[in-house]
Amino acid sequence: PVSAAHLLRLHERFDFLDKDGRGHLRPEDFEEIRELTENPIGGRIIAAFFPPEKERLDFPSFVRILAHFRPIGKNRSRDRAQPEQANSRTGKLKFAFELYDQDRDGKISREELLQVLRAMLGLQVTEEQLRSIAERAVQEADIDGDGAISFDEFKKVKKKEPQGLKPAEKTNFCHVWFLRSHWRKWTWSTR
Amino acid sequence: MLQFAQSACNLLCRCLGITFVVWFTILFVIIIVPAVLEVSLGIHRFYIRTLCRVFEWATLQMELSAKQKNRQFSKPHTKGILAKSKPLSVQENMQELRSSAHSRRSEPQFDMGDVIYFCRKGVESIMDDEVTKSFSAQELESWNLLTRSIRRFPHRGLRLTFLWGLGVLIRYGILLPLRVLLAVTGIFLFVILSTSVGFLPNSKLRFFLGEKVHLMGYRFCVKSLTAFITYHNSENRPKNGSICVANHTTPLDVIILANDRCYSLVGQVHRGLLGMIQRAMVKSSPHIWFERAEVKDRHLVAKRLCDHAADKTKQPILIFPEGTCVNNTSVMMFKKGSFEIGCTIFPVAIKYDFRFGDAYWNSSKFGLVHHLLRIMSSWGLVCSVWYLPPMNREEGEDAVQFAKRVKAALAAQAGLADLTWDGGLKRTKVKDIFKEEQQRLYSEILLRDHQTQKQEKCFEDGTPEED
Repeated sequence: PVSAAHLLRLHERFDFLDKDGRGHLRPEDFEEIRELTENPIGGRIIAAFFPPEKERLDFPSFVRILAHFRPIGKNRSRDRAQPEQANSRTGKLKFAFELYDQDRDGKISREELLQVLRAMLGLQVTEEQLRSIAERAVQEADIDGDGAISFDEFKKVKKKEPQGLKPAEKTNFCHVWFLRSHWRKWTWSTR
Repeated sequence: MLQFAQSACNLLCRCLGITFVVWFTILFVIIIVPAVLEVSLGIHRFYIRTLCRVFEWATLQMELSAKQKNRQFSKPHTKGILAKSKPLSVQENMQELRSSAHSRRSEPQFDMGDVIYFCRKGVESIMDDEVTKSFSAQELESWNLLTRSIRRFPHRGLRLTFLWGLGVLIRYGILLPLRVLLAVTGIFLFVILSTSVGFLPNSKLRFFLGEKVHLMGYRFCVKSLTAFITYHNSENRPKNGSICVANHTTPLDVIILANDRCYSLVGQVHRGLLGMIQRAMVKSSPHIWFERAEVKDRHLVAKRLCDHAADKTKQPILIFPEGTCVNNTSVMMFKKGSFEIGCTIFPVAIKYDFRFGDAYWNSSKFGLVHHLLRIMSSWGLVCSVWYLPPMNREEGEDAVQFAKRVKAALAAQAGLADLTWDGGLKRTKVKDIFKEEQQRLYSEILLRDHQTQKQEKCFEDGTPEED
């Protein structure tokens, strides 16, 4: 059971961000959000919503990506049975991994790590300090010694489960399968 | 057949004539005369109480009809889509993310998962952000029978729709023409009286009469908007020779405040009707109107304000330090200009009850005339005004800190959120300075960890590290 009110709320947010009323979002629409432009990795988060060739984001994709951030619910047994679910621990870590791995080759190279560090620290630290931090992080995480961090190595480093974003109501967030079946019906009822 | 039509016509004309006379008499006796003479008839309390009861009944009806149709009646989230957690500092957030199971030795200086903190903040802002919430109209918990808020309340039913239709008739058929007529009469009377007072030779008499005329003009405006204002703590009302600051929701804030005592206004010279009103105002009481070119010269502005404030017989200057209209759920950053002058500041907090009509002027959506029409066609403007005790700049406090202190007191009194965002963000992009602040905070955590680890290593090895 999914809260229609919650989806309606998200759709209002989608409509609000879509200022030209096109029915889909573009990267420029995200750049209008002031708090996001203040965020050091704001650009990367925006890129996470848009796969490399696509410049448009429709509502189901928008919700699908936000679904990663739903906190893992009380029915743990169900979640364990579906590890591919968007908001599982693996799903959340994959999202974070892809923030580093911009070229999507499945590994975080030293250069990619450096880029993220530069974004998060800016001019506050020197280039040598940045390099030493990156070097140390890669050394500690790299188990197979190939000089880059794969997703499995990344998972091992992050032992604690990343927190999700709690929705205001104690209802379930959305699941991808539900979206596919109910999307049509729902859009008609709100137009 | 013709005779029948003629007699019907006569009857209609007579009815209309009688209605018009009755209506005008009521208008004159109940509204115009009390406005001129400063007498209150107590009708407004009855009106507000009745409306409140109607709104509560309407919400109950919606819940019942929703239950009947077996649908969930969900109240719109007025607090946003995300659950509010205790606001933690950057350090505390990082601590939470990093595993506490790691011992201090093996804890990495930089955790790969640190990016998750920024990622989470970023996605939170995508779903809901404070700045946007402050610049769009407030959301209602129960329907107030206005067409404009109809979209959020789909379960209406027949009785409510009928009530809504009745409401539309009353608001657009009776209230709106009445209000427009009152506004026109008020402005007309004010311009004439103010100009004539300006011709008086005796300055003391002119000042006294000028105040009376101004107050009458504002009372007319208040009645024309059907504004019901409650003034709290009137002993803290601003005194002559000081500056009064208030939060800004709509240009009508001026009318709300000036209904109680006269202020000197600060603003740009306009053309047309507004320009005429401005010129009439200046004739009977001192206001500070700037030419468009002068506004850019900050020193000139500051000097004129200083001169005016230094004269202790002059009325207090009314300034809105936010610089733009905000939607009355929060207070944005106060610009430091008026806090640098150095005289006593009287903060005033204004809070509107938005059930009766949304007072926020979204200047990117409507022009001024449209905004006025919206207010005049809603149920009314109910607001509370709190006068706060006067504040002075303390030793060792600069203008920015003083402004923050005043803002915090104001926000606390009116129950508004105290935000540090600049109101100018409505129109411009965020400056890089905020991003650098975030970067600085994060770097402090890392470097502090780095230092502690270096020290530990130093004690371990027993050799001094070179920095």
